Amino acid sequence: MTVFLENARIIDPGGGTEALGNLVLDGGVIAAIGDMAAPKGAEVVDCGGKCVAPGIVDIGVKVGEPGERHKESFRSAGLAAAAGGVTTIIARPDTSPAIDTPETLEFVTRRAAEASPVRIRHMAALTKGRAGREMTEIGFLMDAGAMAFSDCDHVVSDNKVLSRALTYARAMGALVIGHPQDPGLSKGAAVTSGKFASLRGLPGVSPLAERMAFDRDMALVEMTGARYHADQVTCARTLPALERAKANGLDVTAGVSVHHVTLNEFDVGDYRTFFKLTPPLRPEDDRRAVAEALATGLIDILCSMHTPQDEESKRLPYEEAAAGAVALETFLPAALRLVHDGTLTLPQLFRAMALNPAKRLGLPQGRMAEGAPADLVLFDPDAPFVLDRFTMLRSKSKNTPFDGARMEGKVLATFVAGRRVFAAGEG
Amino acid sequence: MTFRARHLLGIEHLAPEEIRTLLDLAETYVDLNRRTIKKTDVLAGMTQINMFFEASTRTQASFELAGKRLGADVMNMAVAQSSVKKGETLIDTALTLNAMHPDLLVVRHGNSGAVDLLAQKVNCAVLNAGDGRHEHPTQALLDALTIRRAKGRLHRLTVAICGDIAHSRVARSNLLLLGKMENRVRLIGPPTLMPSGVADLGCEVYEDMRAGLEGADVVMMLRLQKERMDGGFIPSEREYFHRYGLDAEKLAHARDDAIVMHPGPMNRGVEIDGTLADDINRSVIQEQVEMGVAVRMAAMELLARNLKAERGREAAGVMV
Repeated sequence: MTVFLENARIIDPGGGTEALGNLVLDGGVIAAIGDMAAPKGAEVVDCGGKCVAPGIVDIGVKVGEPGERHKESFRSAGLAAAAGGVTTIIARPDTSPAIDTPETLEFVTRRAAEASPVRIRHMAALTKGRAGREMTEIGFLMDAGAMAFSDCDHVVSDNKVLSRALTYARAMGALVIGHPQDPGLSKGAAVTSGKFASLRGLPGVSPLAERMAFDRDMALVEMTGARYHADQVTCARTLPALERAKANGLDVTAGVSVHHVTLNEFDVGDYRTFFKLTPPLRPEDDRRAVAEALATGLIDILCSMHTPQDEESKRLPYEEAAAGAVALETFLPAALRLVHDGTLTLPQLFRAMALNPAKRLGLPQGRMAEGAPADLVLFDPDAPFVLDRFTMLRSKSKNTPFDGARMEGKVLATFVAGRRVFAAGEG
Repeated sequence: MTFRARHLLGIEHLAPEEIRTLLDLAETYVDLNRRTIKKTDVLAGMTQINMFFEASTRTQASFELAGKRLGADVMNMAVAQSSVKKGETLIDTALTLNAMHPDLLVVRHGNSGAVDLLAQKVNCAVLNAGDGRHEHPTQALLDALTIRRAKGRLHRLTVAICGDIAHSRVARSNLLLLGKMENRVRLIGPPTLMPSGVADLGCEVYEDMRAGLEGADVVMMLRLQKERMDGGFIPSEREYFHRYGLDAEKLAHARDDAIVMHPGPMNRGVEIDGTLADDINRSVIQEQVEMGVAVRMAAMELLARNLKAERGREAAGVMV
């Protein structure tokens, strides 16, 4: 099936350009880009001058399988992703049980392939049961398709265990994803320490807990030569350390969640638990510094950190409520706030949301080039709407901090391997 | 006279005028409470439920007495021992209570913000009797009334709040109230017990107690909250008393007519010298307890008034 996208504003994150043109999708790849006419027999889609960009590659999506399917299944996550322009989900291993054996990995791979309209790839745990004591079978897990290894928010606190896992991972060429957060300092913390935490009487954690853990991880990366990605760098004071690590030639990249570049600690307001995240939301100065680091490329990757939670886990006093927010469907309109406020250009945004994550994981996606996979999102960056979490989200869980928020940017269609998996207005 | 609030969840959302209104009304109850016949019928026919998720003796007794003197039917729910242990969530407990149609709900809970959460789910007026480390508004109001009566005013005073600020909801509510009434607030304590960024809230922070007490009109001591400490905040109680416990020598740095306050219960010999606490020339600690009942009566009367007015408007709306 050949698809012809005409009159599209084509976003090329690699070239850093956007230009009007046409696209031919054939055989699952982008067959041609330019101002050619429609090939014979092709299905013609008039983009009406709206944007076409490489589909989002989202590192770190929590799906509730196995263990918490009532919060999110591969089916619901896949539908939400398609509606949000996410064409590749990289699922997290912090499930119950954790994805820490080739057998569980094969199980979720099969389940995901059956259920989801978009591509789903998987990470595996770095240590068994994410307990921080013994490394998982990194080699077998890679053979079974693990994209990266992470214990997620269970930080490996034993340096010897982590150094061995990093050394072994280096030998296998595996990517290790760390969560830079000192576990001792952040224990029990619900917000970032400071004026707001004090006013609300909530236990806080210093932003320096992130820097400390990042510094430790950098020392271990220097020691072992491992490939390392920091899942979320959210504080201004971590940035110089990241810059230094990159300048020293360490194989290091960093990401940040869309919430940490679009919201700040004051959004928690009167104990609104949908704004409780891991790590907690930061002061505005940090938010701005990190958003600017996305523009310069110092922070490589923007991700959704999609974390579904049911109503019961959120309808609790703030300290006791579960952390995390769903984001697959609000990822693009939230991220477009950074384009609308002039922080990022559209190509820069898709560099962080598609090109860089694909590159880091060794995937062919994320590029706007002939021969690249035809995983694309067609969207109107300016279309306004007010989010209603109960009627507008396909995720099983509705814990979004953007409920009632005015947003701009609607996905019109999503293509995976040249096949349309979502079209606005078709449910 | 102005008092618009529907609930009393904290000092943060009260206007100075509302605070003044409440304190003025409380004065009348101080007089009433000193008579032999103390009963009024202001809350006659109304139901007050006290729900204390954290154990409390004095605050609960004070609220109970206040409600009874106003003529309300008062019920104490010992939630700490009941449904919560069976796994019921806070919101379910609130909904269950709501179905019994209380008019005033007095709540203490160990989590900051828990009383706000509960107030969103019920139709009655909610009074915060202390939530986590967040606020304890009636304590700040009774402290304000005590200060006003002892000093003749509640503005342009230098008030030193000393001790375990980090774990104290009393300190937060007092800081907010005294700031709104245009006083100079100093916080004194070891840095491990000082919340971060607190200097940005409009107060001065001292680690040296003597310097902090210099020229103070009011010295407010806080209880060292042993039950909230996971250890490691202070090296020992004796070192704490040596540096931050109030004794006659340290108090000499404050003004000669400075009053000494403590929200209770006291740890004698830890944060305050026992003799000083009993010194009727300096200590107003007993008066604070007395003001507590009066302030709570005033708060409940004002909230009940607003509740009646609101229900009246709703009923009228239905008629039309």
